[in-house]
Amino acid sequence: MTDDSLNTVSGVDVAAARASLADVPWEPGAPKPDPILVADDVIRRFGGLTAVDVKHVEIQRGVITALIGPNGAGKTTLFNLLTNFDKPDSGTRVFDGTNIDKVPAHKIAKYGMVRTFQLTKALSRMTVIDNMKLGATNQAGESMWRSVLPFLWRNQENEIEVAADELLDRFNMLHMRDEFAGTLSGGQRKLLEMARALMVRPKMVMLDEPMAGVNPALTQSLLQHVIGLRDQGMTVLFVEHDMDMVQEISDWVIVMAEGEIIAEGPPASIGANQAVVDAYLGSHHDSALDLDAEL
Amino acid sequence: MDISAIFDNTMRGLVGEQFVYFALAAIGLNIHFGYTGLLNFGQAVFMAAGAYGLSMMVVTWDLNFWVGVFFGIVVFPFILAVLLGAPTLRLRADYLAIVTIAAAEIFRIVVRSPSLDRWTGSSDGISGFARSFYDLSPFDPGSRYFFDLFIGNQMWVVLIGWTVLAAAVFISWLLVRSPWGRVLKAIREDEDAARSLGKNAYWYKMQALYLGGVFGALGGMLRAIGTQSAQPDNFITDVTFFVWVALILGGAGKIMGPVIGAALLYAILNFTDIVLRQGVESSYIPESIMSGTQVGQVRFMLVGLGLVLLATFRPQGILGKKDEMALDDR
Repeated sequence: MTDDSLNTVSGVDVAAARASLADVPWEPGAPKPDPILVADDVIRRFGGLTAVDVKHVEIQRGVITALIGPNGAGKTTLFNLLTNFDKPDSGTRVFDGTNIDKVPAHKIAKYGMVRTFQLTKALSRMTVIDNMKLGATNQAGESMWRSVLPFLWRNQENEIEVAADELLDRFNMLHMRDEFAGTLSGGQRKLLEMARALMVRPKMVMLDEPMAGVNPALTQSLLQHVIGLRDQGMTVLFVEHDMDMVQEISDWVIVMAEGEIIAEGPPASIGANQAVVDAYLGSHHDSALDLDAEL
Repeated sequence: MDISAIFDNTMRGLVGEQFVYFALAAIGLNIHFGYTGLLNFGQAVFMAAGAYGLSMMVVTWDLNFWVGVFFGIVVFPFILAVLLGAPTLRLRADYLAIVTIAAAEIFRIVVRSPSLDRWTGSSDGISGFARSFYDLSPFDPGSRYFFDLFIGNQMWVVLIGWTVLAAAVFISWLLVRSPWGRVLKAIREDEDAARSLGKNAYWYKMQALYLGGVFGALGGMLRAIGTQSAQPDNFITDVTFFVWVALILGGAGKIMGPVIGAALLYAILNFTDIVLRQGVESSYIPESIMSGTQVGQVRFMLVGLGLVLLATFRPQGILGKKDEMALDDR
């Protein structure tokens, strides 16, 4: 098995998917030619505060979509709602043609959607390789009864280990495979979390602030890995504050403010959008937004 | 000073009946806390489930001894795990702690209620259910065995206890090194991460609660068989904390941790008891410092002091690794 076959999602033409975005209007809730994730009328209230109120949003398959917005805009809340880690007060979500409103969070991974967390969740007192092997789905040895009979799961376990080693190698972490994950640096933990997510063999990867707390030396490598995911046909949705990353790698940007989606468009279009300028700087601000300087 | 009595008592602590009961319960608690991170502060109720499961089936309902064993280690812990786990395992870890400590006391108080005397024997408990067990004993009740440490019936209990203990260690070793055990550890480290990777954390915690409860029930059942009675006050809250002490002393999250911990705990308890008792009797320790009736309390003070020192200088327990423990704080 080569690196490429390991996590390539078949049937996704990445170049065509990216090109097709050219015809999508630059407006909130714009319909996409081939959406993998669609959410309608998603509302989440915390007491009197409406944290998220999204009328309609579509995420295009095979591209990198960035979700940005000022602090408190509801990005992470929407993220949690899309991955079922939180339940909306109302609304529907459809992933890859299947309604996932009633699907528990742990089953989402089996549908092919996997997420990472803003505060990295490396499993500290487990080795790096154990972190990786945990990610594989449908393991026979994860049943309590079968677990005491190693011959029932040994072969599968070996295959999983080979796949895990290949991924670790791709993320340049093979030399740390037997270290405890708790000994890794912040950036290495982000890499591990991303690599571990790929063990699920997802169609869609949701990254919650993948660059937070990562030192600049690792940033480039992380960016390349994210692009690598897309080029293998995975759909990527990420929440990020780092505008460099948004400008550099995203194919499409969705901007949230006060729980609503206020703008959509290719990354270059966002800085000139009046609604975005208002959201970040307050209204009556005349000039276009220099996102690098402001964020 | 009678050196051989000191040696005998210490050895009895190290390998005897109390060691077996508490090591088994601590193996269960190790699956709860050491591997899954479940805060079970009511292991005594699982032990009581084993004791009463057996004794009530045999005495109250007049069933076969082995049917009682089945109820004690399979059915009763299952009912308990579902009752305790279903409402709490979706919540934060603290809730299980509150519910288990309360459940253990509720069970004990209900069982010793006079109005249930017909079924549970109230505060006198139930006896006369272990005959089938001792009928199988190959040992002569009148003789002493194993370096003269145990009389025949004790020897039979201890021998079966060691066998069950060895099996429990082996099974828990198989479990925690399997992919199933890996999921438990992942839940201990971070439940949401496990969930994001497609693991049903709630279901795994329920399984762990039940399995650890089964080991606890085995310990409690052997205790009832060894003392030939199931009494409510054998399962007071202190029992849970002895189990915790054994686990922490030996090292949580290590296969042999609970076994080593239980052996050392009872060796130390027995050793300090006999040394102090002999000291008082032979007037090495003057009456003004301690009387014979105070020995029981003083030895717990000494064990408490030892635990404080352990927590200060070796918080990871005897088998634990310090650098592994430190990873938590990062």
